[in-house]
Amino acid sequence: GLPSTLRMTVGWQLERPLYDETKNFTCLDGSKSIPFDQVNDDYCDCPDGTDEPGTAACPNGFFHCTNAGFRPQNIHSSLVNDGICDCCDTTDEYNSGVICENSCKELGRKEHELLAKQAEVAAEGFKLKATRKLVGLREAKKDWEIKVSKLQTFKEETEVPEKEAKEKHRQEWEGILLCSLSSPSCTLHVVAFVLVFLRKTKKPEEDREMPPYDEATQALIDGKTFSIKIMIVDLEKELSLDLGRNGEFAYMYGKCFEMTTPEYIYRICPFNKIVQKPKSGGTETSLGSWGMWVDLGSNNYSQMKYDHGTACWQGPSRSTLVKLTCGRETVVTSTVEPSRCEYAMEMQTPALCQESRLQKQHGDEWQQAHSEL
Amino acid sequence: MLDTLEISQAATSLNLLHEKTQVLLKLEICGLEDNTVRFRITELETRRPRFEASDVLVGSPRTYRLSVEKQTTEELMLLGRDSLRISVSAHPFRIDVLSGGELVTSVNARGLLLFEHSRTRGNTGKEETASEEKTQDESPEGEEKAHEEEPDLGTDEKENQEEMTEEEEEGTWEESFKSHHDSKPYGPMSVGLDFSLPGFEDVYGIPEHADSFRLRTTSSGDPYRLYNLDVFQYELENPMALYGSVPYLVAHSPERTLGLFWLNPTETWIDIASNTAGKTVFGKMLDFVRSANEGPQMDVRWMSESGIVDAFLLLGPLPTDVFRQYAALAGTQALPPLFALAYHQSRWNYNDEDDVLAVDAGFDKHNLPMDVIWLDIEHTDGKRYFTWDSNKFPNPADMQNHIAGKRRKMVTIVDPHLKVDSSYSVYNEAYSRGYLVKNKGGGDYEGWCWPGSAAYLDFLNPEVRDWYASKFAYDSYLGSTDILFTWNDMNEPSVFNGPEVTLHKDALHHGGWEHRDVHNLYGFYQQWGTVGGQLRRSGGNERPFVLARAFFAGSQRFGAVWTGDNLGEWSHLKASISMVLSLNLCGLSFSGADIGGFFKNPSTELLVRWYQAGAYQPLFRAHAHIDTARREPWIFGSDTTALVRTALRERYALLPYWYTVFYWAYRSGMPVMRALWIEFPKEEQTFMIEDEYMIGNALLVHPVTEAASRGVNVYLPGAHEVWYDVHTQKKYSGGQEIYYPVKLSTIPVFQRGGTIIPRKDRPRRSSACMSADPYTLYIALDDQKSAEGELYMDDEHSFNFEKQNEYQLRHFLFKGGTLKASVSSHIPPGKYSSTEWLERIVIVGIAQPMMSVLLKQPGSQDAPLAYEYTPELSSLIVRRPGVRLTAEWTIVIR
Repeated sequence: GLPSTLRMTVGWQLERPLYDETKNFTCLDGSKSIPFDQVNDDYCDCPDGTDEPGTAACPNGFFHCTNAGFRPQNIHSSLVNDGICDCCDTTDEYNSGVICENSCKELGRKEHELLAKQAEVAAEGFKLKATRKLVGLREAKKDWEIKVSKLQTFKEETEVPEKEAKEKHRQEWEGILLCSLSSPSCTLHVVAFVLVFLRKTKKPEEDREMPPYDEATQALIDGKTFSIKIMIVDLEKELSLDLGRNGEFAYMYGKCFEMTTPEYIYRICPFNKIVQKPKSGGTETSLGSWGMWVDLGSNNYSQMKYDHGTACWQGPSRSTLVKLTCGRETVVTSTVEPSRCEYAMEMQTPALCQESRLQKQHGDEWQQAHSEL
Repeated sequence: MLDTLEISQAATSLNLLHEKTQVLLKLEICGLEDNTVRFRITELETRRPRFEASDVLVGSPRTYRLSVEKQTTEELMLLGRDSLRISVSAHPFRIDVLSGGELVTSVNARGLLLFEHSRTRGNTGKEETASEEKTQDESPEGEEKAHEEEPDLGTDEKENQEEMTEEEEEGTWEESFKSHHDSKPYGPMSVGLDFSLPGFEDVYGIPEHADSFRLRTTSSGDPYRLYNLDVFQYELENPMALYGSVPYLVAHSPERTLGLFWLNPTETWIDIASNTAGKTVFGKMLDFVRSANEGPQMDVRWMSESGIVDAFLLLGPLPTDVFRQYAALAGTQALPPLFALAYHQSRWNYNDEDDVLAVDAGFDKHNLPMDVIWLDIEHTDGKRYFTWDSNKFPNPADMQNHIAGKRRKMVTIVDPHLKVDSSYSVYNEAYSRGYLVKNKGGGDYEGWCWPGSAAYLDFLNPEVRDWYASKFAYDSYLGSTDILFTWNDMNEPSVFNGPEVTLHKDALHHGGWEHRDVHNLYGFYQQWGTVGGQLRRSGGNERPFVLARAFFAGSQRFGAVWTGDNLGEWSHLKASISMVLSLNLCGLSFSGADIGGFFKNPSTELLVRWYQAGAYQPLFRAHAHIDTARREPWIFGSDTTALVRTALRERYALLPYWYTVFYWAYRSGMPVMRALWIEFPKEEQTFMIEDEYMIGNALLVHPVTEAASRGVNVYLPGAHEVWYDVHTQKKYSGGQEIYYPVKLSTIPVFQRGGTIIPRKDRPRRSSACMSADPYTLYIALDDQKSAEGELYMDDEHSFNFEKQNEYQLRHFLFKGGTLKASVSSHIPPGKYSSTEWLERIVIVGIAQPMMSVLLKQPGSQDAPLAYEYTPELSSLIVRRPGVRLTAEWTIVIR
């Protein structure tokens, strides 16, 4: 059990009134009342584990470390006196014989530095994001919209000859159909058409399908209008891309970023594709094409999925999950393959930097904690 | 030739003459202490000695002198201890073994003794080499037919059999299989013998096969084969050879248990026939009416490619006797360090140091206990064992220190093949010292394995094993630390481009032995060498932990084995129970199957069920193929994580019990995981059961092995037994089958009334973190309201328990309302001291109204203890007795 001096203090949260030495203790879930000397006596009485906040007796309990100088923490009771220091103030190992150093100050300092740096990065990134966004995106989008409408008009114009040719073809075909029903209305022209047509197909009387367009008609279809269609589809795809709540990821579009490991060069072209190239040379392997944002609801534009990459031998096609964090620059920081052909990439971007109240708050807390010492 | 009889302390020997060939064989019959008989048949004169697998035995078996009771020209009657009689008949040659006046085994009753004597090519007529040798003085016509049925021992595939038989003359002196050639320079050398076991209908053992625990008769298909092979995606319900071999069979009947150990490490086939199998109940009744004397009988026939006939008959008569008798020959399970009994997290592969640290952190984050993280082949520098990939594992010692800081361990893989590469020092040294297996021409054998071109260490050579052991020294295996243990995979050995994916049979070992002579021992010897390495690096103080895929009889002395590359399918989960039961029966208690299945992605449900089953198998290790998706327990969401957490916690809580059961496996050879009949030998209903089993003598487990299961049929043995559901404390009476409804969270486990199980109920992140934790005793009362149990304690990692007697075996007896804790009288008292204390006692099946619970300790005043009684469950919880486990005390309930 606990030494009596520790018994009243160790592992307790700040809500001291819950643990009143003068009264029986009622488990916080209300299920049971026990004499107060059974609190923290290293035996689990409460089903919710609340009678043993300072020991490992309850399988579902929590131990509170104050961690003065750093952040307070609730750890699983299973970590109390297990010979491993989990709390930086070492209070979780009061009876295991292990000797740890209080590292809270050091951790606090490091965290403060880290947070300060992060805040700086975030602020810079945020600025960068804002300028990029303003300059780039809205204009680009308008441009695209104009382009699309122009293309639409152009498409309609260019489609006129095509339509006419098709219409002619159709009329002639209908003529044939009529012809076969009532021979007097057949003209020589139609007969010629039929002859040409019969040469091409085996069983015309059964098929009764419209024959293929003649070459000139087909050329019109395959020509300009078709490529315009593709351009429109592409542009519409771009327009439909979700480039962030405020389009903050638009600056990445059309760019590529690389990362080198001892074996490979990884290249991500956001909203397009990810490839892997052996350093020793050899062919590129696709690790996936742009799929979608993952977990948009909870995580806010922080995970991208690329899929349908090069298929693995006897396995699935390669895919990559890209995790984005706030950073001053746009860089790929790591690429790993946790499961065969399922890659995980980490990338920093200013686009994810927020002007965070939380970070400010952390800084304040730290100042406060620090001055208390 | 009974006139050649010679009798000594060591053996009774006489000669056997083959009538046709006039070849003389020497038969030795040895009486061994503890109701065991050994039969050896060797050549009296030979051109070339035959391999004898003496390293398999723990020592020279202790013999005693058999006396002659009666001797005529036709019959010899020998008298041994324990009412043992051995009758030897000359014409035809036959041995009958009688125990307690009953005939228990007849040797060569079917006249199938086979001994292809050594000969030179061309010396014997073709006719003779093609026909098989008989060592009988008389050759009745009927027996000739039996020879026709004999499978050609060199034949490797069933579909080739016909073709082979036609080419038999050719195959006798050399043989081809697919594109492989076997030069067979010594010609045919096979040996075989049949054993008839009257009174038996049920036989078990001869692992490893992906087949039922209870052996099938082989009259309608292939015999069981023992030939250590790396089999890709093995099929179930198949007698084909797998990774390991234990040529040991156990026959059981309500009256008697009997062991049959065929000590021969060469390719071996076993035919099993029964005179009752396949008969209808009506047929059996007819037999009964016809002749009351003709009872059931099993016939077991062993055939091996070379070596000698060396058979041990273990006469029991109880299962416990047979386990002790086998242990006296092949040794017992090495007592593992406690961490090895906890949970192992493996995968081909944890890719780099960050990956390892992330997995370690994941277990902490999700509050899941875990003891060991494993690294498969990708951690090495180009599959050069004892090295690290410097990109992925630049600081392996730092990584291990981090894991050690969590009081966890690591394991790296060390396979027996060496990359042929002059810049690889381990290979270079082995090459220049001549430590590699040779091909038939005498050059170093080269095969294809993970590293590409590979050579194979000749572990048969004791000098090689010794040298190999030195490679595990910290200054030799750079980047290894004292928390790093070893995994010997691919040690059948696997040779990707060899015949049947293994070494050529005419490859040569130390002493001039052909690989065919020693094949099934290759893995045994590698594991032995590896254990030697771990022993040496700690100065012999720390218990080794080595997992091997290939094994032979006796491998239990070196560590653990597993069932190899199984599949992530329900059928393989189910098969794992039969396979591990068979391994446990044959001495290899520390065994298990890859949780989740090696190949394929298991469904979440299957993975959960596999964790639940694995938590109750001796080796508890999750492992997966490199092509499978990640399956760390938290990947499938919080519900699945919680289910796996529960299974892991049950394993960890029961570690004191597992450890105690393992201690008895080490001490006496009792298996850890036991078929029901081992505990209930007279109860015939249990003989066919292999979907449930016992851990030790106290826990009955019936894992759920079917998808979407809503319930299982559990047979609770023992007409006078009571059983308690360990999760609900509900009581059941024995001798009945119950329908037991299950949810996904249910693991059907029952504690046997009359037992006491020690547990440590506090969850921790690893077993080492539990070392100072208090115990809870779970006392399940029988119908006499009593119970008994033991707890084994020591430092959980060193050999001080052996060298310094630093252990404690505590005995707990509950009788007449009093629980008494004392030192066990089963072994000499040890002197391990510990402050571990008793936190709680849970008694189920206690019906009387409670007045008081008093703790009595010598030299102290009686102290009342708080308690809580639940009448609906007849369960009593005694609160915080606080006494030390190593002390003497009693608790009186009134």
